[in-house]
Amino acid sequence: MSDIYYNAKENFAGVIERLMGRYRVYAPVKQDRCHEFAPLRNAEEADLGFSNTRLSPKGLFHPQAERMFEYSLANDDPQAGIVKEAQKDFSPRVVLGVRPCDAKAFDLDDANFNTETIKDPWWVRRRETTTMIGLACDSPCSTCFCTSMGSGPYDTAGLDVLLVDAGEGYAAEVLSEKGKNTLSVTSGWTPVTSAILPLTHKKKAAEQSVGIAFDPAAIAKKQMLELYNSPTWEEVQFACINCGACTFVCPTCWCFDIQDEVCGDKGERLRLWDSCMFPLFTLHGSGHNPRSQKTQRVRQRFMHKLKYYQDKYNSGPACVGCGRCVQACPVNIDIRQVGRQMAAQTCSQPA
Amino acid sequence: MNNPYLPYPVRIDSAITETEDRNLKTFKLVFLNAQDEKKFAYTPGQFAILSVAGLGEIPIGIATSPTEQGFIKFTVNKVGKVTSHLHNMKAGEIMGVRGPMGNWYPWDLLEGKNVVIIGGGFAFTTLRSSIVYMIDPKNRSRFGKIDVVYGARSAGLLLYKDELAEWEKRSDINMHITVDSSSDPNWKYNVGFVPAVTKQKAPSAENAYAIICGPPIMIKFTLPVLTELGFPPERIISSLEMRMKCGIGICGRCNIGTEYVCKDGPVFTLEQLAGLPVEY
Amino acid sequence: MQPYSESIREAAKRLLLEKRVDAVIGFRKGTVPFMNEPFLARTPEQADQLVWDGNCAINLANYLPKRTGSVAIAAKGCDSRSIVIHLLENQIRREQLYVLGIPCQGMTDKRKIADRLNGRQVLQAEENGGKVLVSGRDFEQSFERAEFLQQNCAICTHKNPVLYDELLGQPVEEQQIDRYEQTSKIESMLPEQKRLYFDELVQPCIRCYACRNACPACYCPTCFVDESKPQWLGKTTDPTDTLTFHFLRAFHVAGRCTDCGSCERACPVGIKVRLFTMELEKQVKKLYGYEAGMTQDERPPLDAFRSDDPEPFLG
Repeated sequence: MSDIYYNAKENFAGVIERLMGRYRVYAPVKQDRCHEFAPLRNAEEADLGFSNTRLSPKGLFHPQAERMFEYSLANDDPQAGIVKEAQKDFSPRVVLGVRPCDAKAFDLDDANFNTETIKDPWWVRRRETTTMIGLACDSPCSTCFCTSMGSGPYDTAGLDVLLVDAGEGYAAEVLSEKGKNTLSVTSGWTPVTSAILPLTHKKKAAEQSVGIAFDPAAIAKKQMLELYNSPTWEEVQFACINCGACTFVCPTCWCFDIQDEVCGDKGERLRLWDSCMFPLFTLHGSGHNPRSQKTQRVRQRFMHKLKYYQDKYNSGPACVGCGRCVQACPVNIDIRQVGRQMAAQTCSQPA
Repeated sequence: MNNPYLPYPVRIDSAITETEDRNLKTFKLVFLNAQDEKKFAYTPGQFAILSVAGLGEIPIGIATSPTEQGFIKFTVNKVGKVTSHLHNMKAGEIMGVRGPMGNWYPWDLLEGKNVVIIGGGFAFTTLRSSIVYMIDPKNRSRFGKIDVVYGARSAGLLLYKDELAEWEKRSDINMHITVDSSSDPNWKYNVGFVPAVTKQKAPSAENAYAIICGPPIMIKFTLPVLTELGFPPERIISSLEMRMKCGIGICGRCNIGTEYVCKDGPVFTLEQLAGLPVEY
Repeated sequence: MQPYSESIREAAKRLLLEKRVDAVIGFRKGTVPFMNEPFLARTPEQADQLVWDGNCAINLANYLPKRTGSVAIAAKGCDSRSIVIHLLENQIRREQLYVLGIPCQGMTDKRKIADRLNGRQVLQAEENGGKVLVSGRDFEQSFERAEFLQQNCAICTHKNPVLYDELLGQPVEEQQIDRYEQTSKIESMLPEQKRLYFDELVQPCIRCYACRNACPACYCPTCFVDESKPQWLGKTTDPTDTLTFHFLRAFHVAGRCTDCGSCERACPVGIKVRLFTMELEKQVKKLYGYEAGMTQDERPPLDAFRSDDPEPFLG
């Protein structure tokens, strides 16, 4: 189903207000010198003229700190020590203005959180109750490489609606039943049948302006252990300071820690963003640490994203080319460069 | 939707110190809700996540066999924040269990085969589960010869000493208990490292599988012995230890290559391990 | 910026060929504007990749603790003082090091330039003399580098290395300046204002610890935030826990921080974390007359007890 509608930009504050009447709406909001996704308090806060947010919107589904459970530890409480579900708000939400790269990232994350046998209840419920209204990218950044990773500035993966800036207004491509239902609470949309051609040109122009990084298929074809044992990791790892900034800004990094925190006679079990970059990530209780060396940790991040994920799910890499890690890394370790090295690695055997 | 992070509430029925250094305790746990025990149906080789509210969670191998009804047992080594607190907990106190987790020893492949079990130190827990399972009257006829080599640094550090002595007396299982060294003149069993005793007892590899669990150094020196005896990599089975948090293949911590040790393992054959990075 | 690239390459090649050192720590050209990548050159061929310009802000001393073998390291003023702290704290031995001292004219602050460009994306940035020529998709602009230095560089009073085996250029003139103008402003706030100020300052913090990991003085095998027995503070972005982390880290580096600015540069959400460390630097200077890493003959004040240590809190 691919119906396309048009609405004037001057109507858009009204569109957002209507959405806010029925949903909790999250959109890019200007904060100091950058944008972040935040719950809208009024329609004017939304700034769709942004390029992309500094942190990825993964916090909307997988917050930095999530209260999983709570429990009492009071001596006289018969329920003490019994872990209970914490109240959550799963009322419907709209994420407005998400870029196609980030939307696709959530599809990639689904493979981890939503499997046949095990489902992460909070992730799955949030995904079910959230409508993703994306905004196509007309000015990709120099650090973007979405097209190399199987996404693109006008890609529709993971979206319920795709908005395209059409000058005086927005064209909206409805991609799912959920998207149709959400848009129907707003007004001012007229169906578009012809005059799509200029938009097709814009799409092509945007795609062509995205830099080419490397071919993940070339990495998929290589033998895992040969890539793993490559001597080039020594060189890649030197600059890394294991700061974790890359993993925290990345939309396809999901690793987390589970911690209990207690205050008085009440406590909660939390899930917190963690990073394979941290030395203590794999530390055993016995003191043994399989990734005690920085080289091993640096290698793990790239191998997991660009090789293991491809092998495990028979799909593309766990990277959408948003370029945030390239921008955030304080020592300029560039995943595009590492990917190129991996793709060029000469291997004696095929995968 | 079932929440795989939510523990079943259990009560500590007993907490018994196993070893002379007091670092290992076996906890017998009883489910507060009868239906939770049914949901917890497990197979030897699996582990569970023990949850202590206010402290945290730990992944521990299940020491009981599903043939033992009404309770589950875990033998816990005291190493850190959660285990130290757990060691101070007493019968009657409430905690939680999530599971069962992971895969199990390949019982379908072991049908009709001889089974050689090699264990060291406190890695013997899921091996106890396996032994109790196999020698249960309902199951014994499904398997051929059973040989067990189990050793610890000293007699006081062996787990399940009473049961070991019982099994030693049986004719349907060959127990080779050993200690690294002993100054006890009444010590009835073997003296020597596990790899050496394995070589000495030389269990046949014909129609046999080997299950090996123990400290890395023991495994390192026992593998060549098994290979020499004729066990091919696909018939040597091991269970990996790994730092875990969620136990259900989501948090990413136990990832090795394409596998999550908690979900795709912890049981792997040597052949499978050969295809993975050595990050364990 | 003086043309140091040539002199670094020459020195690196010479030291490697003479086998004076096993490797040379420097920078090579980055893949994005205003960035260079710390680089370890082991051969003369690799040494050809070494560069030096106004984008060499990260403190290379961060790569020294517990390093084995001999290594040459490019060090500007602040870096060299961090090396002194490492020597005092036994993180590396003097015999292992060959310090290539670099009199520094300050590092460019890409965020200040980005602010001035108001959202226009930089595709290229070229340094030329005292200027930076910045160009994007449809614009070109020239900036006076001296007006767009990192904050710590703008108020730097130790641009010349204090420790070196070879100085790669002419010493530059040091400036006299009040380093504590901003901290004094904060000091004069009322307690409630101060609390609000700091709450707002760390509000974007995502507890990624990039600041800690970029800092050469932070090398504890287990940082206090990672301890579990006892657990000193929570790991969420709870405002109290977050402020506690930043305050305590500032205390831990008091008397050891050389204001290299790596913490601020590394922060992915642009928090001005130096506002914490500057206050401690001021107090250490006031109470002990001490500046971190200026000499190998004096231990950092929080590291040693002297009977004449000032104790103004005692009546």
